[in-house]
Amino acid sequence: MAKELWKGNEAIAEAAVRAGLEAYFGYPITPQTEVLEYLSRRMPELGRTFVQAESELGAINMVYGAACTGVRVMSSSSSPGMSLMMEGISYIAGTEVPAVLVNVMRGGPGLGNIAPAQGDYNQAVHGGGHGDYQPIVLAPASVQEAIDLIALSFDLAEKYRAICMLILDGCVGQMMEPAEMPEMKPIQRGNWDWATDGKMGNRKRRVLSSIYLDPIEEEKMNLRLLNRWRTIEENEVRYKEYFLDDAEIVIVGFGTAGRVALSAVREARAAGIKVGLLRPITVSPFPHKIIEQLAGRVNAFLVTEMNSGQMLEDVRLAVKGRVPVEFYGRMGGVVPFPDEILSEIHRMTKSKLSADIHPRDAWLDRMAHI
Amino acid sequence: MATENLVYERPVAFTDTPTHYCPGCTHGVAHHLVAEVLQEMNIIEKTIGVAPVGCSVFAYNYFDTDFVEAPHGRAPAMATGIKRVMPDRIVFTYQGDGDLASIGMGEIVHAAARGENLTVIFINNANFGMTGGQMAPTTLPGMKTSSSQNGRDVETQGYPIKVAEMLSTLDGVGYCVRRSLHDPKNIRLAKKAIRIAFETQARGLGFAMVELLSTCPTNWGMTPVNSLKFVEEHMIPAYPLGDFKVSEAIKGIKI
Repeated sequence: MAKELWKGNEAIAEAAVRAGLEAYFGYPITPQTEVLEYLSRRMPELGRTFVQAESELGAINMVYGAACTGVRVMSSSSSPGMSLMMEGISYIAGTEVPAVLVNVMRGGPGLGNIAPAQGDYNQAVHGGGHGDYQPIVLAPASVQEAIDLIALSFDLAEKYRAICMLILDGCVGQMMEPAEMPEMKPIQRGNWDWATDGKMGNRKRRVLSSIYLDPIEEEKMNLRLLNRWRTIEENEVRYKEYFLDDAEIVIVGFGTAGRVALSAVREARAAGIKVGLLRPITVSPFPHKIIEQLAGRVNAFLVTEMNSGQMLEDVRLAVKGRVPVEFYGRMGGVVPFPDEILSEIHRMTKSKLSADIHPRDAWLDRMAHI
Repeated sequence: MATENLVYERPVAFTDTPTHYCPGCTHGVAHHLVAEVLQEMNIIEKTIGVAPVGCSVFAYNYFDTDFVEAPHGRAPAMATGIKRVMPDRIVFTYQGDGDLASIGMGEIVHAAARGENLTVIFINNANFGMTGGQMAPTTLPGMKTSSSQNGRDVETQGYPIKVAEMLSTLDGVGYCVRRSLHDPKNIRLAKKAIRIAFETQARGLGFAMVELLSTCPTNWGMTPVNSLKFVEEHMIPAYPLGDFKVSEAIKGIKI
């Protein structure tokens, strides 16, 4: 199909429809609302389910119910709304049913603002709901990537009976870019042996719940989730490499922060600086191995995020103190300019870097001018 | 030789699992009525139940139908998700008053307002049973519970919520009634109401709820017999029995 001009949120909605989305439940919140608005027209047109719920609590539990029947189901929201969904997310994880969620992140904490941010990394990646579970979390950096990843999300969610969440900052949700939509896929309901879709005379009854009253049984369930997670870590890590072959400095950034960093990397390369970029596509499972390998051959890392350094801690875990890790972030809905990251690159080439001081502390000192 | 009449048979809609309910609790009666109706309507195969959090959290163990277990109060939202993608199935929630009238008030009101084709069985026993008898929104004024130890003071702890009356104001509601489980006559009336609530769904006539006044001998600190008297003497005056909304189409249902 030819490229068309698509707005991120609407592109996600249409791509989900084409991936076989049977039911969408959502609630208005900026900067995500266009997903809801678009699907309020598109889903009924195709005879599929659309409900504007009374709240994100309602929406996530409608997702939970529909997910139990085995259909492709999705919700989307933005940061404060995702916080409200955390209860249901934990239940969905505990019940082991597949669901796709989209968080178009905005500035926080609290009501914050409606500008693009990445402050929900920890909530998404390290589990915002109660109990031991890990969702698959994908971080697109462009409208095209969001389209591609939403289709992948449904496949991953079903393959692992898990939650697959797209986290994108408001930039990707609101931005218009040329992008290519996939062909419409026909709806195909999986013949799942767990779905509570009614006995209909040919099988024993099924029960789906997240209750394991006996602690030993709950622990077995926890172990099952963890073992499944190990398989996910082995098979589903995705990232993009830019100019890494001869890089001496490696920037790590996801979503828009990674995309802005790429502009800075190109400028630095033009100036002869050997810098590259690693952009995680899956922030969960996190690309630990490649970072660990890079740490054996590069001089330093620079983590760039639109938060206070949440992914930074995961990078540091992978680097294990072998080389200095620096941090540059903007928060509260501020998007960094390539110039800012470029000046960080210049600083790193000129000054002696230390692994002794925590990169967040050093960055905070440099931010004192704001 | 005396002839024997079979007056009771375990409904086939039940599994063989013994219930965990306390002696004298009317949850068992309510379960039976639902099971009998599922059997009589021949809808066991296509029914999906939604269990709440509360005493009836294990309802999924007792009915021989597909079942899911919802987060506290969210059963109507979960049921909405199921019913919307499986409109030819019968979906019911079974919820207590802590679940439905306290934490889940938002979900039940909006499921009713949207006119979701669901059947809701609402057990009103004036307290949170499972957690040990705390005050619920339905606790009577002056009633002592473990979290209203001096008796519910309406000045500081508010007034009871009459759920059936409240939901009956919503246009999406097809059938909304209150019945009681305190004596055989009322149990028969309750069963008829539950049947109509499922018939309402089967005919796509909107949201249906039956509120059932129920006993909680353990947490009320009463014998089962005194609990039944308490329902009759104290609960019914506060929560009058009756039909609060029966749409014209439902009035015509013959069973």
